[in-house]
Amino acid sequence: MNMALDLATWACLAGGGFFCVVSGVGLIRMPDFYTRMHAASLIETLGAGLILLGLLLQAGFTLIGAKLVMIGLLIFFAGPTATHALAKAALVRGLKPRLAAQEDVSSKR
Amino acid sequence: MRHDLVLRVIAKLMMPFTLLFALYVQFHGDFGPGGGFQAGVIAAAMVILYALIYGLDQARKALPDWLVETMLAGGVLLYAGVGMAGLMLGGNFLDYFVLHADPVQGQHRGIFWVEAGVAVTVSGVMLKIFYMFAGRGRDPE
Repeated sequence: MNMALDLATWACLAGGGFFCVVSGVGLIRMPDFYTRMHAASLIETLGAGLILLGLLLQAGFTLIGAKLVMIGLLIFFAGPTATHALAKAALVRGLKPRLAAQEDVSSKR
Repeated sequence: MRHDLVLRVIAKLMMPFTLLFALYVQFHGDFGPGGGFQAGVIAAAMVILYALIYGLDQARKALPDWLVETMLAGGVLLYAGVGMAGLMLGGNFLDYFVLHADPVQGQHRGIFWVEAGVAVTVSGVMLKIFYMFAGRGRDPE
């Protein structure tokens, strides 16, 4: 049981770290503002979410676990709101999203 | 359609929890990281968030300038008052253990009021700085 719990924790932590690295790469490699923001928002959903879940598995039903849940709720509400506000501000100020030059067949349907 | 509906709803949702967290940091200062300064900054950050979302005028209506200035001076007064109380009760300035018959209780009581004074002053100063910066060009000098 303990072994399984540790394995699940490691899987969650490794997955969270992986998504953090991926979104860091995306932040640099993506072509324009909106896609970069999309890549960055991966950190607070999948990255931080999985890391918190992994820590929560270790903490169990303790005060530390309750605090981790509160941190998770804060990130859950604040992160997407910040991303939304940023995107909206950019859109209102007239920054155009970069679109494909030609519609390909898959976007027709 | 207003563009900041989501922001308004989420900010309204988070504000009481921010204040609760400030109080937690304030009263947990005895046992762990935290204390008056951090709690004051968090409480002031809540009002600054309110001002950012709902406008400076609304924030000034909720927490008027005279109140902020009173906080600014009142916290220092409270801090100095604790020090003077120690002096009056026969110790040195800011001697806590004369504040209660039991010295440990006295320490608790002293640090409690000193931290309360720090929190009030710090949040007052943060808000005053924010009001002055944000009000530049709007207020008559």
